[in-house]
Amino acid sequence: MLLECTEVRKSFGDAVVLDGLDLTVDEHEVIALIGASGSGKSTLLRCVNLLAEIDDGTITLDGEDITDPRVNADVVRQKIGLVFQSYNLFPHMTVLDNITLAPTKVHQRPAAEAKAQAMEWLDRVGLADKAGSYPDRLSGGQQQRVAIVRALVNSPRLLLLDEVTSALDPELVGEVLTMIRDLKGDGMTMVLATHEMGFARQVADRVAFLDKGRVLEQGPPGQVLGDPVEARTRQFLARIIEAGRL
Amino acid sequence: MLLAALSTAVLGTLFGVLITGAPGWDRVKQSFFRADIAKDSLPAILDGLWLNIRLFVVCATCAVALGLLVAVLRTLRGPVFFPVRALATSYTYTLRGLPLIITIYLFAYGVPGLRLQGTPSVTVLGGAAIVITYGSYIAEVLRSGIEGVHPSQVAAARSLGLNYRKTMRFVVLPQAVRRAAPPLLNDVVSMQKDVGLISLAGPVDAIRAAQISQAGSYNFTPYIVAGVLFVLLALPLIAVTDWVTLRAARRQNAGT
Repeated sequence: MLLECTEVRKSFGDAVVLDGLDLTVDEHEVIALIGASGSGKSTLLRCVNLLAEIDDGTITLDGEDITDPRVNADVVRQKIGLVFQSYNLFPHMTVLDNITLAPTKVHQRPAAEAKAQAMEWLDRVGLADKAGSYPDRLSGGQQQRVAIVRALVNSPRLLLLDEVTSALDPELVGEVLTMIRDLKGDGMTMVLATHEMGFARQVADRVAFLDKGRVLEQGPPGQVLGDPVEARTRQFLARIIEAGRL
Repeated sequence: MLLAALSTAVLGTLFGVLITGAPGWDRVKQSFFRADIAKDSLPAILDGLWLNIRLFVVCATCAVALGLLVAVLRTLRGPVFFPVRALATSYTYTLRGLPLIITIYLFAYGVPGLRLQGTPSVTVLGGAAIVITYGSYIAEVLRSGIEGVHPSQVAAARSLGLNYRKTMRFVVLPQAVRRAAPPLLNDVVSMQKDVGLISLAGPVDAIRAAQISQAGSYNFTPYIVAGVLFVLLALPLIAVTDWVTLRAARRQNAGT
């Protein structure tokens, strides 16, 4: 087991966002987190990446309790990639510099080696010609693919994707989803919060439905999305179908 | 284009007539604009200006360094850093409020009064007064720049494993300085002329040289000479400031 969240609690003021959440992720597994806005998907990802501190419970990565206060959060984050809904590329750096920042400044790898690795990735995702461009010259889909590459060059054990297609124009969603599908082929362990039910069905090994800060129901995509046990899950899916997103 | 030239000419003539037609114009011309006195006082004033230039370069460098340090200290989070934050905050509050002239007097006359071993010259003390005053302005400009960088940028950097120091250095500060560049350069332009206030403490800079010359001739022309030199000195920096501001505004409009 790669990641194990046990009884995780997190509140912001009076608002309880994660309410004793349990979730496990095996190596090479792809898990899709679904649920309404405010159900805790993004907060869970931020907590796993230690960007937000949990109030109670434990999160272990490779058996190590990463929520222990003695753990060096910077070292943990090097093993967990996080991709944001709004890409969050660094606007003052070229695409190449965005990607090589962590390898050269955190892992102290030689610039030439980091550049070669970055170019290899850019080539693979078809963005080699954008290496010298600044992020504002790229489309949303291109920016998001660069952001994913930026997370990948750290060779993370686990990749967290926080609604990575939600900010994209519909015609740009495909290119990002294709890239994620390729990563699954590589055996990358991923947890993705998503509103793309069709994609969750295709790419996820397991779908977890979050409701009020807990995993209410989880299982193979066909079962959770096609024949959910819980009434709340059915309600949620019914609303999604109404909105035409399944 | 033609209209602009015409209206400028009309307005210029009007102003010219108004000033040269004033009853006291001849007297003013005699005491402020005498070419022979200007020529005589120029070498001493230029010598003095060299001190202003050197002082400006050193003070600007130190003030930016000090401002950066204080700005970063003020943005530190967490209860552990409370004393540091409080100190940095009270520094910026006090020095922004204190008139530079008083700070210069306190440093140039007060510090030597302590009769400590190795007290530096009044030039250095006056320069220190300018540095800590402008350091406080620059600290505030940079702090607003730092706080203007979206928190998601910090989250992205931290998620890549960069620690706080590297996040500041490679992600936050470069963006903060870009955002703060127009007001920052304005402060630097303003500092360039305020360096002349060092003359109050005694060193012979351009203004002090003009004063000495004026005391000899009972004519104010040397001040005009010094003033013109200060303007000429500031022009390139003002042009750069305008250019940077324009570029920043364009980038803002481009929606980045």
